[in-house]
Amino acid sequence: MTSLWPRIEPLLAGVEKPARYIGMERGSQRPEHRPGSVSWLLVYPDTYEIGLPNQGLQILYEILNERPDAVAERSYAPWLDMIQVMRSQAVPLFSVDTHRAAGDFSVIAFNLSAELVYTNLLECLDLAGVPVRNEARGTDDPIVVAGGHSTFNPEPMACFVDAFVIGDGEEPVGEMTEVIGAWIRGGHIGGREAVLHDLAMVPGVYVPSMYEVEYDGAAIRGLSPRYPDVPAVVDKRTVADLADWPYPRNQLVPLIEVVHDRLNVEIFRGCTRGCRFCQAGMITRPVRERPADQVRTMVEEGLRRTGYDEVALTSLSSADYSGIDGLVAGLVDEQAGCGNVGVSLPSLRVDAFTVGIASEIQKVRRTGLTFAPEGGSWRLRQVINKLITEDDLYAAVEGAYSQGWRRVKLYFLVGLPTEMDEDTLGIAELARNVVKVGKRHTKQASCTVSVGGFVPKAHTPFQWFGQNGIAETRRKINMLRDDLRRTAATVRWHDPEASFAEGIASRGDRRIGRVIERVWRAGGTFQEWSEHFRLDRWLEAMAAEELDPEWYVTRHRTEDEILPWDHIAAGLHRDFLWQDWEAALASHGLPDCRWTPCYDCGVCTDYALEHVVASSVPPAGGSQGTGQDLTTAGAVPISLSPTRA
Amino acid sequence: MRGDTGFPVRVAFTKQGKVRFVSHRDVARAFERAFRIEALPLAFTQGFSPRPKVSFGLALSVGHESDAEYLDVELAEPMPLDLLGDALTAALPEGIDVIGVVPLVDRAPALQEAVGEVEWEIEIRGATPDVDASPDSVTVRVDAVLAASTLPVERVRKGKTTTDDIRPAIRRITVLGASEGGTVLIAALATRPTSLRPAELIHALGPDYIEGRVRRIRQWIERGDERLDPLVADTRIALEARAS
Repeated sequence: MTSLWPRIEPLLAGVEKPARYIGMERGSQRPEHRPGSVSWLLVYPDTYEIGLPNQGLQILYEILNERPDAVAERSYAPWLDMIQVMRSQAVPLFSVDTHRAAGDFSVIAFNLSAELVYTNLLECLDLAGVPVRNEARGTDDPIVVAGGHSTFNPEPMACFVDAFVIGDGEEPVGEMTEVIGAWIRGGHIGGREAVLHDLAMVPGVYVPSMYEVEYDGAAIRGLSPRYPDVPAVVDKRTVADLADWPYPRNQLVPLIEVVHDRLNVEIFRGCTRGCRFCQAGMITRPVRERPADQVRTMVEEGLRRTGYDEVALTSLSSADYSGIDGLVAGLVDEQAGCGNVGVSLPSLRVDAFTVGIASEIQKVRRTGLTFAPEGGSWRLRQVINKLITEDDLYAAVEGAYSQGWRRVKLYFLVGLPTEMDEDTLGIAELARNVVKVGKRHTKQASCTVSVGGFVPKAHTPFQWFGQNGIAETRRKINMLRDDLRRTAATVRWHDPEASFAEGIASRGDRRIGRVIERVWRAGGTFQEWSEHFRLDRWLEAMAAEELDPEWYVTRHRTEDEILPWDHIAAGLHRDFLWQDWEAALASHGLPDCRWTPCYDCGVCTDYALEHVVASSVPPAGGSQGTGQDLTTAGAVPISLSPTRA
Repeated sequence: MRGDTGFPVRVAFTKQGKVRFVSHRDVARAFERAFRIEALPLAFTQGFSPRPKVSFGLALSVGHESDAEYLDVELAEPMPLDLLGDALTAALPEGIDVIGVVPLVDRAPALQEAVGEVEWEIEIRGATPDVDASPDSVTVRVDAVLAASTLPVERVRKGKTTTDDIRPAIRRITVLGASEGGTVLIAALATRPTSLRPAELIHALGPDYIEGRVRRIRQWIERGDERLDPLVADTRIALEARAS
């Protein structure tokens, strides 16, 4: 078990960004692999710059290394140039911490956050010398694990992954370590089947090989456990109190530039807004806020350890944190003496972008502000339950432009349920009005409209909706571009072909695995990168497997059909989701359940949990559930510290 | 470095091992973070986006090591400089060690302009296995280069191609001996009017050669007839002393 560095080093002279492969980040560890302990290789299957900041991976890295019975190291997908020389020189996938071969680890665990990285997972396994199909692995091969949001529909990857961790990974990784450790120390009795069966007994762990799927033509007849003690439904795991998990304690500071290159402190998990298109919000319920004191401590210590001058308070909707104004104000006051630390709140809702918050945000490396109305008309926003009024939006951008920002970015989806052309053109109308607001303050006011094709996701009220096809998506985007030609609003859009491919995997079943493998074998890695994405590989793979893309992507599902992820539970009652789907079609909105009466989606009642909030004071501002009149929204005075954008 | 109200110092550091793959710019960012980690009292620029007053010396290419890198930084108040060096090293990536910190006179010439010569330890290897890169062969090529009166080379700068004579920039070359991959030599190269890079020297010795390990071993500030180490060139006696 030695370091491969002497064989890796000569390869680095000929590749881009060789520092991707050297490790040595502040906060990184070089654990000793003790005999009998379980070694985890945590892999983010995309480039180093994208994978390094991932909080989930860093949290598990620390937790596992703190255990006496486990060690953890990290790896990221090598770039194409490095893959080429690695293959030609027979250098396998390696950890960046000690440059140990991936095949030497007991477990290789991937973070899966997006469908188009699935082929990278296969590439990483192949580079590691591990058979990509789980059935082909032997006792000496690592156990292949996957976690992250995409596991809530695990079926497309069911042929490749040995065990999926559904939900929060902090607790299950410890339990899995105990199971695997016992198997290793016991001499692998019973072989792979035995340890996989034992892992299926860990709550929140889904072992696909423990289940048989039956089909009825294109439809699924059912999925059933092969053993009586294997659960029919796998419930997600939820960390009840974030206060028990003050991680990362020692955030990694990369030596090269990466995305989100600042101190990131998670202030809460879950979301109560109930936006109907948003899988992340739905599957991470209930809300669990970190106590404000703990946030302050983590920020203080984090800045001291890392030397960063910017901290981001992260969550799905940061301004919803109860007591957010006080928290930000307190942080900025504390840091004032240390010389210019910027506090930023990514994921700010338009309707919560208030004076209190914004005026506290000081000097930050900012190029523009981003808001995400998502729907182009009030009617459509009620359908998707993102209850932002036009006045909310104009008030927010008024504040931004008047205080010195010059560029505002707006995110929208096209292809939402019940959408009509007037909704799509509503996007253009909003953009034009936003620019008008801006021009009152600066001649250089501009607005970028960023449009993506909506991909319905599992465990949301929209999981039954047929996605818009490529032609329809293109038509809408072009309509928007035409309408905004020769204005100060620019339109950017996500490739509709990529959205289509995402749609194949997003609600795919186990048969899609063979499609993913074909795409990978045809050279389809880094499909998230526009320069490498090619739809024809996906369509050819579907045709070769005799699977119909329309069945998976554009078809509306029926209420009674079995969905490929029915055996995975995010806690949301199927009845609730169906009712919410019907409410959507009738354009009814639902209020924020952190502060208004519960509408019984199922999560809290089933898991005997409740929302954990840091303070009893709801945040100021916000149309939903906080007392403001939804039809008028009221004036939201904003003053921001001046900046040159 | 201006230093009228602050206390400018010059920091010498090494760059060895794996960290050689980190770019010059990223090393600069690592220093900025190290300054914050050690909460050093730095002087800041005026204006809207205050930044610490740091200026770096000559850039080092990704993949090259160094025994002699320099930066100038202005402190807001005096402090014991021996402690400063160790404190910085602890906060910097492995392989970047601060080996000297000295106080600078006010308005010392900037490193990038002041340095006139760089010494390199360069390993020469054959581009393919059939190329002879043994010390004897390399010596023949070195002698030829030193005997040449001109060595024209095409360079592209900002989209324009020019032909430069690099011979004057080659001050001295000494072949040290064999290495595992080929031959090691020491070369003293001028940095003015334009820097002669090790890759250009290697190519001039032979297009069938490639570089192995390359390490910068010295930088020299030239002033009149003198050749000065950057830690000596513009040092003031003590940090607090200042002409009134």
